[in-house]
Amino acid sequence: MDTLTKTVGENEEISKKNISGSEAIIRSLLAEDVGTVFGYPGGAIMPTYDALYHFQKELKHVMTRHEQGAIHAAQGMARVTGKPGVVFATSGPGATNLITGLADAKIDSTPLVCITGQVASPLLGTDAFQETDIMSISMPVTKWNIQVTKAEDIPGAIAKAFYIATSGRPGPVLIDITKDAQVASFDFTYKHCTGFRSYVPNPAIDYDEIEKAAALINQAKKPYILFGQGVILANAEDEFKEFVEKTGIPAAWTLLGLSALPTDHPLNVGMLGMHGNYGPNVLTNECDVLIAIGMRFDDRVTGDLNRYAKQAKVIHLEIDPAEIDKNVKSDIALLGHAKDLLQVLNTMCKENKHEAWRKKFDEYKAIEFEKVIEKELNPTKPGLTMGEVVRRVNDLTDSEAVIVTDVGQHQMVACRYATFKKSKSNVTSGGLGTMGFCLPAALGAKLGAPEREVIAIIGDGGFQMTIQELGTISQTEAAVKIIILNNQFLGMVRQWQQLFFDKRYSSTELTNPDFVAISKGFGVEASTVSDRSKLDEALKTMMDYEGSYLLEVMIEKEDNVFPMVPTGASVEDIRLE
Amino acid sequence: MKQSYTIVVFTENKIGLLNRISAQFTQRHINIESLTTSESEYPGIHRFTIVIEDTEEKTRKVVKQIEKQVEVLKAYCFTDAETIHSEIALYKIKREDDLDLEKLHKVVRDNNAFVKEMLNGFIIIEKTGTKEETHKLFDELYPFGLHGFVRSGRVSLSNQMSTFKSYLEALETHSKEIITDNF
Ligand SMILES: Cc1ncc(C[n+]2csc(CCOP(=O)(O)OP(=O)(O)O)c2C)c(N)n1
Repeated sequence: MDTLTKTVGENEEISKKNISGSEAIIRSLLAEDVGTVFGYPGGAIMPTYDALYHFQKELKHVMTRHEQGAIHAAQGMARVTGKPGVVFATSGPGATNLITGLADAKIDSTPLVCITGQVASPLLGTDAFQETDIMSISMPVTKWNIQVTKAEDIPGAIAKAFYIATSGRPGPVLIDITKDAQVASFDFTYKHCTGFRSYVPNPAIDYDEIEKAAALINQAKKPYILFGQGVILANAEDEFKEFVEKTGIPAAWTLLGLSALPTDHPLNVGMLGMHGNYGPNVLTNECDVLIAIGMRFDDRVTGDLNRYAKQAKVIHLEIDPAEIDKNVKSDIALLGHAKDLLQVLNTMCKENKHEAWRKKFDEYKAIEFEKVIEKELNPTKPGLTMGEVVRRVNDLTDSEAVIVTDVGQHQMVACRYATFKKSKSNVTSGGLGTMGFCLPAALGAKLGAPEREVIAIIGDGGFQMTIQELGTISQTEAAVKIIILNNQFLGMVRQWQQLFFDKRYSSTELTNPDFVAISKGFGVEASTVSDRSKLDEALKTMMDYEGSYLLEVMIEKEDNVFPMVPTGASVEDIRLE
Repeated sequence: MKQSYTIVVFTENKIGLLNRISAQFTQRHINIESLTTSESEYPGIHRFTIVIEDTEEKTRKVVKQIEKQVEVLKAYCFTDAETIHSEIALYKIKREDDLDLEKLHKVVRDNNAFVKEMLNGFIIIEKTGTKEETHKLFDELYPFGLHGFVRSGRVSLSNQMSTFKSYLEALETHSKEIITDNF
C-alpha cells in the first residue's frame, strides 16, 4: 500500500504527495514510532479518526470511556515504557476532559503528546459549537502547546511536540488542530526535530562544580542521598546504583523515585516524606551532606522548610534550573542530565562504607518495625490491614510486578510496603494526587508492558472516579489485576478528620455499590474477600486468572497510616502513632 | 524587603507567549505594575519589559520560571539603579475661556514636557520620564482641569553592555540546526 518505513533516522526525511492533514497526523505519529494512541472521537477530530481507520494495522487506537481515562492510560503507558503517551480528543468537552491528566503529567514530568480537534479556523472566536479556548485553558498545565490552522504546519508541530515532551525535564504538550487543517491536502514531509534556538533541554555540565561536590562527598561523615524520579527519567539507574555502592551512602526515595533502586538493596533505607519511613525522615536533620538527585523537595517530602536539613551542606543534581534553590537552598548545584552527572561524579568519588552512620538507619528501622510495620504486615487483630494484602502481593509476584496505585491511604501503604526489583515498576500520581488515576493508568501500563504483571491497588473512593474504564479493560482484554482495598471511607481524609478535626467525619463515609456485580457486568471476573484465612487463596485465584480480574478486599474501616509528619511539622517530629 | 524590579524577557515571536509569561506572575500572586512588549534589536525576537514590586528572592524565582518556558530565550532582572528607564504620559486639558495659557505653558516648560496638539476644545501635553516625574506633572496640571491622563508601561535598557547579544550568538552557533518553523 505504501512504501514508507515505520521509523526514520534522525536526518532522514519521509514524504508523500497530496495527502490530508489527518493522514499527515497519523504518518507523523508513525514516524515517531508511536504504536498506541488512547482517545475518544467527536466532531472536530472526526477526520483524524477517519484517517486512523486506514491505519488500523500500524497504529492501535484504544477507545476509553472518558477522555480523562485516555490521558491517564497514556500516562501509565509512558511511565512503564519511558516513551511519550499519545492522546486524541475532540474539541470543547473532549479537550477540557484532558485537563486533570495534563496537570498530573506536568507536575510528575510525564511525556505526553495530546492532539485535540478544534473547530474550523474561520469559526475560531465565534463561540461555535464545541469551541473552547483550549490553548488558554491548557496553557498552565502543559510544557508547551500550539494551535495549528494549516495542514502544512502539522508535521512540524508534531515533530516539535515530541522533541519538547521527551527532552530535558519531560512533560505534556498539546497540539490543537482545526478541522479545516485536518481536511486540507498538501505535500507531506516529516523531519524529526533535533533542537531549536529558544530551548536548551540539557544544561551544560560544569566539571568544576562536580569536582567540588565530589570533594564534599568524599570528606563527609554522615552523607545521605535522596533520589527522585529524575533518576528513572534519565535512565540513570545503573549509574545511580554504582554511585550508591561505591560511596556506601544510604539512599532514600521520594514517592516517584520508588523502584529506581531495588527495594531490598542494602543501601536503600526507605521512603521520604509525610508517610515515609522513620529513619529517613529523622536523619535528614542529622546528616552532614545531603545529596538530592532528580527530586524537587516537594512540601510532602520536606515538611517545615525552616526546620529541614539546616545542619547539612546540600548538593542538588537537577536538570531543571528553576528547581535549584526553589524550596531548599543548595550549597552546590549540579545542573544537567542525571546520567551524565552521575557518570562524572562516579569517577571522582572515593569508595567508602559509612558503617556507623548506616547503623543509625537500622536503629530507627527497628523502632519503626516494632511500633508500626509489624502490626501492619502481620496483624493479630481480626480486621484485615492494607499492609498484609500488599505483603502477599509481593510474595505472589516475587517483587516483579508493576504496581499502580490511586491516591489515599492505600497508596501510601502500597508504596511503603511494595517491593520492587526493576525500575519503572511503580506508577502513581505523586505531585497532583489525582484520585481516579489508577484504573486507567493500570490499563495503559499493561498495554505498555504486556509481558509484565500489572496490579492496580485502588481505594473504594478513587475507584468510583474512573470506574467506567472497566469497560475499556474488558474491551481491550488487557489482563490487569485490580485490587480494591475497601474501607468504606474516603480513608485518607477520614484519617485527617480523626487526627486533626476531632473525628468529625464530614462527608467521608461511603455507601458503596456491589463492586463484584459491577465488575462482572462490565465483563471483568471478580470476587470479594473479608476473611484473613481466605485472603491468600483469593489473591492466588486473581493472579492465576488468565484475563483481567477484580478482587475486592474488605479492610478494617478506621485504620490509620503511620508514621506521619503532620502538615507544618518538621521531618524530625514524625509521629509513629 | 520589597522593591521595584524590571524583568526583561527575550522571546520568540509566538502567539500565546504573553499569556504563558503573565501566568507565571498570576500563579505566584505577584502583581504586575506594568508590562510592555515590543520588537527587540534582534530580528524575530521580542522583548518584554515587566515591572513588579517584590522581594529579591521571589523575583529571582519567577525569572527562572519565565526562562524555563520553551519559547523564551532569556530573562533578566534589574533593580531600578541598574537600568535607564522611562515612561510616556499624555495629559488632556480642556480649553475653557478662563484657562491661564501662560501659566500652563510655564508648568509644561518647567517639567520638560511639551504641547503635542492644540485641538479645538483640548490641549494634549506629552511628557517622557520616570513615574515620579510624570506623576509630578499630573499633580501640577490637575488644577487646570485635567480631562484625560494615560501613562505607558516602563521601557528600560540596562546600564551595562548587553550580555544577551553574546548569549544569542553562542546559542546560534551551538544549535547549528535551528528549526525554522513558520507556524
Ligand atoms: C480528584 C481528587 N479529589 C479529592 C481528593 C482528596 N483526597 C485525597 S485522598 C482521598 C480519599 C481517598 O479515598 P479512597 O479512594 O477510598 O482511598 P483510601 O484513602 O481509603 O485508601 C481524598 C478524597 C483527591 N486527592 N483527588
